[in-house]
Amino acid sequence: MSDRYSGVNEKQPLLPDERGHFGIYGGKFVSETLMAALDDLENEYSRLKVDENFLATLNSDLEHYVGRASPLYHAQRLTEAAGGAQIWLKREDLNHTGAHKINNCIGQAILAKHMGKPRIIAETGAGQHGVAAATVAARFGLSCCVYMGSEDIERQSHNVYRMKLLGAEVVPVTSGSKTLKDALNEAMRDWVTNIDDTHYIIGTVAGPHPYPMIVRDFQAVIGREAKQQFASRQGGLPDAVVACVGGGSNAMGIFYPFLDDQDVRLVGVEAGGSGIASGQHAAPLTAGEVGVLHGNRTYLMQDKNGLIAETHSISAGLDYPGVGPEHAWLKDIKRAEYVAVTDQEALAAFRQLNLLEGILPALESSHALAYAMQLAASLPVEQHIIVNLSGRGDKDVPTMAKIDGISIG
Amino acid sequence: MSRLSSKAGLLRDLGKKALVTYIVAGDPDQSVTVPLMHKLVAAGVDVIELGVPFSDPEAEGPVIQRAHERALRAGTSLLDVMQLVAEFRNLDQATPVVLMGYLNPIEKMGYENFAQQASKCGIDGTIIVNLPPEEAADLSCYLEQHDIESVYLLAPTTTPERAAGISSRSRGFVYYVSLKGTTGAGSLNTAEVSGKVRAMKKIVKMPLYVGFGIKNGVTAAAVAHESDGVVVGSAIVDYMAFHENNIGELETSVVTLVQEIRSALDALVA
Ligand SMILES: Cc1ncc(COP(=O)(O)O)c(C=O)c1O
Repeated sequence: MSDRYSGVNEKQPLLPDERGHFGIYGGKFVSETLMAALDDLENEYSRLKVDENFLATLNSDLEHYVGRASPLYHAQRLTEAAGGAQIWLKREDLNHTGAHKINNCIGQAILAKHMGKPRIIAETGAGQHGVAAATVAARFGLSCCVYMGSEDIERQSHNVYRMKLLGAEVVPVTSGSKTLKDALNEAMRDWVTNIDDTHYIIGTVAGPHPYPMIVRDFQAVIGREAKQQFASRQGGLPDAVVACVGGGSNAMGIFYPFLDDQDVRLVGVEAGGSGIASGQHAAPLTAGEVGVLHGNRTYLMQDKNGLIAETHSISAGLDYPGVGPEHAWLKDIKRAEYVAVTDQEALAAFRQLNLLEGILPALESSHALAYAMQLAASLPVEQHIIVNLSGRGDKDVPTMAKIDGISIG
Repeated sequence: MSRLSSKAGLLRDLGKKALVTYIVAGDPDQSVTVPLMHKLVAAGVDVIELGVPFSDPEAEGPVIQRAHERALRAGTSLLDVMQLVAEFRNLDQATPVVLMGYLNPIEKMGYENFAQQASKCGIDGTIIVNLPPEEAADLSCYLEQHDIESVYLLAPTTTPERAAGISSRSRGFVYYVSLKGTTGAGSLNTAEVSGKVRAMKKIVKMPLYVGFGIKNGVTAAAVAHESDGVVVGSAIVDYMAFHENNIGELETSVVTLVQEIRSALDALVA
C-alpha cells in the first residue's frame, strides 16, 4: 500500500493540543449548538485516520481519481529568468479539478459517508473549493450546497457554472462584504440549522478545531510527495519551500512534512493587494492583529473597534481576513516566514509562467511564484526552491482578459 | 450579588416568569436605543439583553443580521454600546442589562479594560455567543473581579454531561436555545421544546430561560410552561426594520407586543 496518507506522523510536534490549540491560537469559538457536532467529527476522525479501510479508500481515490502523485517539475527557463536558485514546481494544478482543494474534499467526503451524513455544504471564494466539494459530492452520491459571496459569483462565473453542472446548488451570499468570509458565516448558519444530516467541508485550515488539523492532515500529502520526489531527483532537502496563503491549506499541506527539517526555509506568501501601506490587502500575518473569527483565535484584519475589515486581492481565493491558526503559531515561533506580494507582482509572475514554461497558473499560486522568483534571485544557483503551484488559472482567464481590455464573450 | 442574579432569584421566589427582550444597540440609530429600553421596562420587561453589533454575526438569522448592519451603518461601536447603558442608568438603576455579542470586539478592547468599563457603565452580565465555557477562563476572571456575570447557552445538541458543566459556570440564568438554527428561524415545536426543557431542568439548578423562535403571547406561554422565563428577540427586531423611519410607531408596536407576552406569562402563574 502506498504511504501517501499514513495518518499519524510520529515525528511531528503533537499539535494541536487536545482542545485544538496551537500555542495561544486555534480553539473552538463557536455557538453551543455546534459543540456536539465538532466533538463527533473529532472522534470519528481520530478513529478513521488509523483505520485500514478508510486509508485504503482514500489512497486509492487519491491515485486513481485525483491523479496523484502530482509531478515535481524543474522549471529551468523560469529559473534562468530569475537568475539564481533552482525553482521547482509542485504541480497541484494538474490534480483533477485543477487545484489542491480536492485532496481535502476527498478525505472529508469519505468522512461524511462514514458519519452517515447524506448532505455536504461548503463555502467558496475563487470557486475552486466549491468545485472540489461539488465534485466529491457527485463522486460519492452526496447532495451539495455551496455558499459563495455574490461579488465572487461575478468574478468567478465559470466556476459557478461548473458547480451547477456537477449538480450542486450555489447560494449567493449578499450579507456583509459579499465575499469569502460572509460565505463562511452563511455556511456556519446552514450547518447549525441542518446539523443532523449535514457535514460542513471547510475548504482551508481555518475554522474551529478539529478543522485546521483535519484539513492539514489531508493536504500534507503534498509535502510528503514533494519531499520524496525531491530526494530521489536531486537528493537531500530543498533550501526553501514557498506557498501562497489564503486560509493557508496549500501552504500548511506542503510545509507540514518539513517542519522538523530546520534547514528548510518555509515561506508563506500573502496577498498584498494594492500594497500593505494602502490598507487594501489580505495579509493578516504580515499586517494584522490577533483576534477571534470563524471559530478560532488567529491573526486577522480588523478595525479599531474589533470589526472585521474588508480585504482586497486580485485573487478571490486569497481574499480572506483571517488565516489558519497553525500559521499564526509558526509565525510566532519563527519556524515559517510570511511575506506579501502585490496584485501587480502576482500578475507579472502569472504572465511569465505562461510565456516561459507554458503553464497557466492560478492567480493565487502566482503570488507564491512572484516571491519565489525574488527569493531565487537572492540565492546561489546551487540552492533549490520548491513552489507549491496550488492551482491552474483557467478560472482566471476572464479576469486577465478584462485587465488586458479584451472581450472574450 | 449583582442586579442580574438578584432579579432572577427574586422572580423565582415570587413564582413569576421572567421576560427578557433583545434589541441591537444603535438599531436603527443610537438615539432610539435608550428611550426604547425605558419603554420596554415600563411594558413589563425584567431583563434587557442588548446586542453589540458585529461585522460577522454568524449565529444570527436574516432579521438580526440586518439589525447589526443598520447599527454598524449608524457607527455603533462596543464603546458606544456601553455608553448607551450608562445613559440608561441615569434613570433606571434597577433593571439588569446584559450585553450579547461576539468575542472579537471585546478581545480588541482588552479583557481587563472591557470588564472595568462595563462595570462602570452599569452592565450586569454578558452572553458571548461564540465563547463556550472551555475558552472563557481568562475573560471570566476579569468579569468576576468586576461583578459582571457570565451567562452561558445550552442547545438541543448539548449532552447531559456538558449541560451540567455549563450550568455550574453560568450566573444569573442559563439560556436554553430552543432550536437547531439561527435566531429568528422557522416555527417552534413547543411540545418538543417543553420535553427538552423538562429534561434540562433535571440537570440545571439555576433559572432556565428559553429563547429562539418566541414570537408572541401564545408561543411564550407554551414555552414558559416548563421554563423559568423566555427571551424574545427577532419578533421585536422585526419591528425595527419595519418602522425604521417612524420611531413613534416603532415604540407603540414593540410595547404592544411586549405587553401581550407579559400578560400571557403572568396568566400562567395567576
Ligand atoms: C488555486 C488556489 N490556491 C490557493 C488558494 C488559497 O487557499 P489556501 O490558502 O487554503 O490554500 C485557493 C483558494 O481558493 C486556490 O483556489
